[in-house]
Amino acid sequence: MRYLPKSPADREAMLKAIGARSIDDLFAPIPAEYRLNRDLKVPRQMAESEIVDWFRERSRETADGYVNFLGAGAYYHYRPVIIDSLISRGEFLTAYTPYQAEISQGTLQSIFEFQSMICELTGMEVANASVYDGSTAAAEGVMMASRLTGRHSVAIARSVHPEYREVLATYAHHQGMPLVTVPFADSGRLDLKQLEKSITPDTACVLLQSPNFFGTIEDVVAIADIAHKHGALLVVSIAEAVSLGIIEPPRQADIIAMEAQSFGVPLGFGGPYCGVIATREQYVRQMPGRLVGQTADRNGKRGFVLTLATREQHIRREKATSNICTNQALIALMANIFMTIYGKVGLRELAKQNLAKAAYAAQQFGKHGKVLFSGAPRFNEFVVQTGEDPDAINSRLLEHKIVGGLPLKKFYPELGNAALWCCTEMTTRTAIDTAAGLVAGGERSVKSAKEPAVIQEVVR
Amino acid sequence: MKPTIRKATQHVNQNEGLIFEKSSPGKAAWKLPPLDVPEVDTAKLLGSSERKDLGNMPEVSEIEIIRHFTRLSTWNYAIDLGMYPLGSCTMKYNPRVNEVVSRLDGLANGHPYQPESVSQGALRILQTLSECLIEITGMDAITLQPAAGAHGELTGLLMVRAYHESKGAPRKKILIPDSAHGTNPATAAMVGYAVENLKSNASGMVDVAALASQMNEEVAALMLTNPNTLGVFEQEIHKIADIMHAKGGLLYMDGANMNALVGKVRPGDFGVDLMHLNLHKTFSTPHGGGGPGSGPVAIKKILEPFLPTPVVVTRPDGTLGFEYNRPQSVGRVRAFYGNFGMFVRALAYTLANGPDGLRQTTEDAVLNANYIRKGLEGVYDLPYSTPTMHEVVFSDKVQAKKGVKTMDIAKRLIDYGFHPYTTAFPLIVPGALMIEPTESEPKEELDLFIDAMKSIAEEVEEDPQMVLAAPHNTRVSRLDETAAARKPVLRWKPAQ
Amino acid sequence: MPYPTDFKYTKEHEWIKADGKNATIGITDHAQGSLGDIVFVDLPKPGADINAGKTFGSVESVKAVSDLYAPASGTVTEVNGELATSPEKINKDAHASWMIKLTLKDPNELNGLLSAADYEKFVAEEGG
Repeated sequence: MRYLPKSPADREAMLKAIGARSIDDLFAPIPAEYRLNRDLKVPRQMAESEIVDWFRERSRETADGYVNFLGAGAYYHYRPVIIDSLISRGEFLTAYTPYQAEISQGTLQSIFEFQSMICELTGMEVANASVYDGSTAAAEGVMMASRLTGRHSVAIARSVHPEYREVLATYAHHQGMPLVTVPFADSGRLDLKQLEKSITPDTACVLLQSPNFFGTIEDVVAIADIAHKHGALLVVSIAEAVSLGIIEPPRQADIIAMEAQSFGVPLGFGGPYCGVIATREQYVRQMPGRLVGQTADRNGKRGFVLTLATREQHIRREKATSNICTNQALIALMANIFMTIYGKVGLRELAKQNLAKAAYAAQQFGKHGKVLFSGAPRFNEFVVQTGEDPDAINSRLLEHKIVGGLPLKKFYPELGNAALWCCTEMTTRTAIDTAAGLVAGGERSVKSAKEPAVIQEVVR
Repeated sequence: MKPTIRKATQHVNQNEGLIFEKSSPGKAAWKLPPLDVPEVDTAKLLGSSERKDLGNMPEVSEIEIIRHFTRLSTWNYAIDLGMYPLGSCTMKYNPRVNEVVSRLDGLANGHPYQPESVSQGALRILQTLSECLIEITGMDAITLQPAAGAHGELTGLLMVRAYHESKGAPRKKILIPDSAHGTNPATAAMVGYAVENLKSNASGMVDVAALASQMNEEVAALMLTNPNTLGVFEQEIHKIADIMHAKGGLLYMDGANMNALVGKVRPGDFGVDLMHLNLHKTFSTPHGGGGPGSGPVAIKKILEPFLPTPVVVTRPDGTLGFEYNRPQSVGRVRAFYGNFGMFVRALAYTLANGPDGLRQTTEDAVLNANYIRKGLEGVYDLPYSTPTMHEVVFSDKVQAKKGVKTMDIAKRLIDYGFHPYTTAFPLIVPGALMIEPTESEPKEELDLFIDAMKSIAEEVEEDPQMVLAAPHNTRVSRLDETAAARKPVLRWKPAQ
Repeated sequence: MPYPTDFKYTKEHEWIKADGKNATIGITDHAQGSLGDIVFVDLPKPGADINAGKTFGSVESVKAVSDLYAPASGTVTEVNGELATSPEKINKDAHASWMIKLTLKDPNELNGLLSAADYEKFVAEEGG
């Protein structure tokens, strides 16, 4: 087998040195009744070309070459090519966790830069070296707030990503943390009056997403006031990291739990992604996940180390801030390189393009469908309500190799025939016009099937 | 007497500062295509939400970025450079075809919410990997959702809890051997279980009598690593499983050490009810400096109703899809479906091996560990004489007499061109040296390692200071971790 | 290092000095030696109640955390703020670096604790 670097002669020599007659001797500790004496029923060994062919077929079967209007927590942005050139270097790709600092300065310094840039972008004072993803980051952020306040209940905005809320429910269930869901108002933003009513003396935190699941930017200042007034913390989840280029970060938050996938991480059918937790310095000892700190060696030379390890599982065991061991180092490195490439000016320009594309698309879709939540600013996603069922619309779009917006009936049935559309810098005007046209075609048919409505018709 | 180090020499190595120190306004590494839709008035659209300033984010050019990260990379040790003898980490070769296939367009750019009709390829990958892992572990079903081993442990214990709740009461405790990895008790606590310690016997295995006396109807499960963290196979596993099952408890296996078992024995066959796998260990997905991982959880039928949602199913028309209607599910442990990129890699590894390759891999892993054990027996103290499988644990007992501890020996090993083994773990061996070579090591590398360790043992006798002050040949010497923890500096700030 | 004779000691390596109902608590020189460089001390706030034999905080080195066990029950009146910025003072002189002051619930609880001589013997045997 070509990954195994031993010749039959090597094996023989080694067995002799050990004093074993055959390799079976070394497996004698396994009781005979359990030892397998048959082959595993897995596919036969393939040549490299066969492996590539097999996966190429699978790739073809997976929307290869389609235009995509989906967002909802996973965003299609351009990935500058040097990201893969650099992360593919064996010294990054095949390196271990940097516990031995002297021979891991490459990894450690990159993480330090990553932490620094996340702080710059989020307005927080400290950030960790990444956690699994945005959904678990939100759950960890909430549990962190609970530890900090000594309180147990959580008020969650319903405009937080539904799957994030599901994850939180799973985590909270066993920590004795009651969850209260707070509805959104007609603006698409969290209903402030309902929020006031939902907070109790046992509320550890308010969990908010901004831009929220609908793409709408929340009134973070007002929500922070309400939370803090009641002694609760504010945890803000950010699913679309590129928004930080043009949208003021939630500086009033106590904890930010974000997803950095938009920063140069492939969509990859849902993972691996890159969660990050950022917070104020005073809370750092309650923050889960690895942290890299700057220090000096014996000769005064600057270097970096994993630090504050006593929060972690390998030392605290059952009293750890979390059970997390692995982080997302390689993915965080992709995000690091992306943030470095775009930088201070590029991230803003990139975000502006996203804003412009979505604004144009909303306008186009709005001619025949109803764009909801237009009373508040939004970033690169918007919700369109149509007469036609979004599933039917999407079937039609698929024939043109377009993947349409996410139908929301499953998550927000009260919104009826609504779908969540996303446009990034990768979405072309042609694609938008085509999609809008195909939606329009359906709407015209739907409308003509009903009595003449009061809805304006655009005649072009 | 200066030793001859055969594996490594010093080399001129580029310096590099922080990227912020290279930043200068006007430099750029990006260029966007022209906007094909109308420009927007951001102030009008966003009002007070508009961000005007991105603070101290850097501005650098492309070549500076290439040099920056290339130079940084040369400061790292990596599998591509040589062996990592780290115990229970299974630092094996990361095949490059895995990287290529994960970058195929449809797979790399598939959106998790795209319709099932255009996701059949991805679904087929999920299903095929699932089938392979189920066969390898000897279990009945699996979830691929957990993002890493610890996440898998969490998912597993959530299912344990749900199972017991369905039987009337969740129970109160989890039994964990004192040799266990820290994630085990940390996870148990997160799921609301109290942790009870299980002592190891003189051979380093589970004390079966102690288990029998500690097992009762308050215990939900035993979390076992097999082989354990000493590399020893629990030979009484049958009795262990029986004791648990007799009182309605479950046997959870931490699959971190699967590299000793694949193709030779299946946990499902020796009584395990559920277990997690570490794709970044046994299944060759890259460590990448600390992650990502992937921690699928394989289970027996009795736990099937509790699997996280969604589950991959085959529809009546033969197509694949996701099933969400699972009333007894523990829920989701993360958004979307799991670390799909790692599934592609793990499956590519499995296909590259086939049944023969997988078996041979395991045999070589165990052969390598035993070869090292033989080579270092008598040089370092071997606390347990029990046969070892894919990893071996020595202690620093002999060297400690000269004031040299396992961490010091590990640091000196760096000068010899190796990454250290695992120091100070498992906790049941004071001053432990935990060594797992994996099957990816040629005999030559193993001989160099044994040489190095023998040489260091000599140095301890003749010149302990050489070892105590190590490493000597690295870019940075030992770093002040105390200062880093007392006054943490966790981000760059511009000079005031 | 001699152990002050006006202190009482616990097997968990804390010391307590009482003056009627007022007491001061810290950790012993042996404790700081086994921990290594101390980087952080987690202490309760004034007003908090602590119970004999139960944990009231923790002390951290780079690689380890040790719980602090209360030698006696009482209410915390003062916390040594210096330890927040300079935890290394404990390494320099553990017996002079007090952690908390408290009002004792029952001064008689101290009767069951070790004297300096007994503690020294205990440490010598434990070291073994």
